[in-house]
Amino acid sequence: MAPHTEQLTRPAVRLQGLTRSFDGRTVLDGVDLEIPAGQFVALLGHSGSGKSTLLRAVAGLDHEVTGSGLLTAPERVSVVFQDSRLLPWRRILPNVLLGLDGRGAEERGRAALAEVGLAGRERAWPSELSGGEAQRAALARSLVREPELLLADEPFGALDALTRIRMHALLRELWKRHRPSVLLVTHDVDEAIVLADRVLVLDHGRIGLDLTVDRPHPRSYRDPLLSEYRTELLGALGVVEDTD
Amino acid sequence: MTAVTTSTVTAAPAAAPDERPRTRRRALAPGRRLPAARLAGPLLVLALWAAASAAGRLDPAAIPAPWTVLRTGVHLWTDGTLAGDIATSLQRAGYGFAIGLTAGVVLALASGLSRTGEALIDGTVQLNRAIPTLGLIPLFILWLGIGETFKIAIIAIVVYIPIYLNTHAALAGIDHRFVELAEVQGLSRARFVREVVVPGALPGFFVGLRLGVTGSWLGLVVLEQINATSGLGYLMFQATNYGQSDVILVGLVVYGIFGLVSDSVVRLVERRVLSWRRTLSS
Ligand SMILES: Nc1ncnc2c1ncn2[C@@H]1O[C@H](COP(=O)(O)OP(=O)(O)O)[C@@H](O)[C@H]1O
Ligand SMILES: [Mg+2]
Repeated sequence: MAPHTEQLTRPAVRLQGLTRSFDGRTVLDGVDLEIPAGQFVALLGHSGSGKSTLLRAVAGLDHEVTGSGLLTAPERVSVVFQDSRLLPWRRILPNVLLGLDGRGAEERGRAALAEVGLAGRERAWPSELSGGEAQRAALARSLVREPELLLADEPFGALDALTRIRMHALLRELWKRHRPSVLLVTHDVDEAIVLADRVLVLDHGRIGLDLTVDRPHPRSYRDPLLSEYRTELLGALGVVEDTD
Repeated sequence: MTAVTTSTVTAAPAAAPDERPRTRRRALAPGRRLPAARLAGPLLVLALWAAASAAGRLDPAAIPAPWTVLRTGVHLWTDGTLAGDIATSLQRAGYGFAIGLTAGVVLALASGLSRTGEALIDGTVQLNRAIPTLGLIPLFILWLGIGETFKIAIIAIVVYIPIYLNTHAALAGIDHRFVELAEVQGLSRARFVREVVVPGALPGFFVGLRLGVTGSWLGLVVLEQINATSGLGYLMFQATNYGQSDVILVGLVVYGIFGLVSDSVVRLVERRVLSWRRTLSS
């Protein structure tokens, strides 16, 4: 393969035999995974299956965790956490600009806030925002850095159902506009199916199922064709659906 | 084909209008601040004191009337004694406080930001704290002589301990999630300190600062009354020998004003700097 074509097809994320363990207990047991640039991937798994451990490894946040394996990730990585994690002592705009400098940073911050529907709230304190607004500010903070890879660890887990649906639409729209690779950790099968083009199930420390969801967007929760995916995913998670 | 949709959802019978008077929830926060609230208590005490004196219920040799104290104060001020003593006292407290403040903050940062610093500093300060500082006075007189240096040193120690302890505790208590965020956002170490560490530790620092301010006055009073040849405490000590209770009260009033003014300044700064916090006291 010629060097330049390899450049073009090089995946954004590549894990080879990624192993992580805590106190001798293996949580990730040789995970192999490639995520092409610009792909929207959801990672499902039971609570405690190691989703966060995997995401933190990719984010480079697991300094004191024992493990081995090869890991390639792009340079510009942003992370969205389950909590918005806004610094309570900074107003919204400085929070969005955290760690960013150079000319035009402030303009970009304002634009990012406008993109998530928070124009005019630049000078608000984090404590003045609702949960959904705070999470949108966190999204703005991650997007303003123009990441090649966006990692999100159950970013909507703490939101109410209505807000969550609106955040799904927003995230998908932002992804369409900026095209980062996305690795979205969730425990919500429906969220995974509605948002992602590829859904992985983490099971016993490995990728137990790698499913491509080939349906056009925007997707509806009630799309009957999606229920096949749902059944397959729930099966992989060991959940038997009630059929009545 | 016609789809027949039968709605099985029956509307609940219209609820009878609620006719109870709307009851508000009991507010648990103390509510709005009264105007000039911090002055109300002292003014009341002053009024009672004046009334008792006017009614002749107080022995003027033990507790002179407020106007006597005021007249003595004006007199001491115009002949220059009071101003000189106040300047001496303020200088002692000021130097001691400035040194203690700097030492407390620098040590807390060094011990909060590096494990080596913590190993060297924290245990030492905890040990220092176990010894009541005023108990060090004899030793310090022996080391530094009975001049100004030893007084400033004692005040500095009294001040640095609460500032160190509270700032260090606040540094240690900074939410680990914010450290993680700083890593994700790629902050440099200096920027991490400026954006996360310092603002996160400020509430604790202010608690320490207020204790330090109080401590500096306490140290000052004790030091000046034990062994001084000038300063407010000396003035009061002399007055004891001559039975001048009005002079003693003038000294106490000045000490009180010192304490009140410095505490108000700290509160004011604290409220501006920590304006992002919404607590019961706001
Ligand atoms: N810092 C840690 N120290 C010890 N055990 C941990 C740590 N982080 C995670 N674990 C363990 O690793 C397993 C996977 O955790 P995690 O990746 O957080 O799961 P998930 O995000 O899928 O719910 C859990 O059993 C958890 O107890
Ligand atoms: Mg998790």
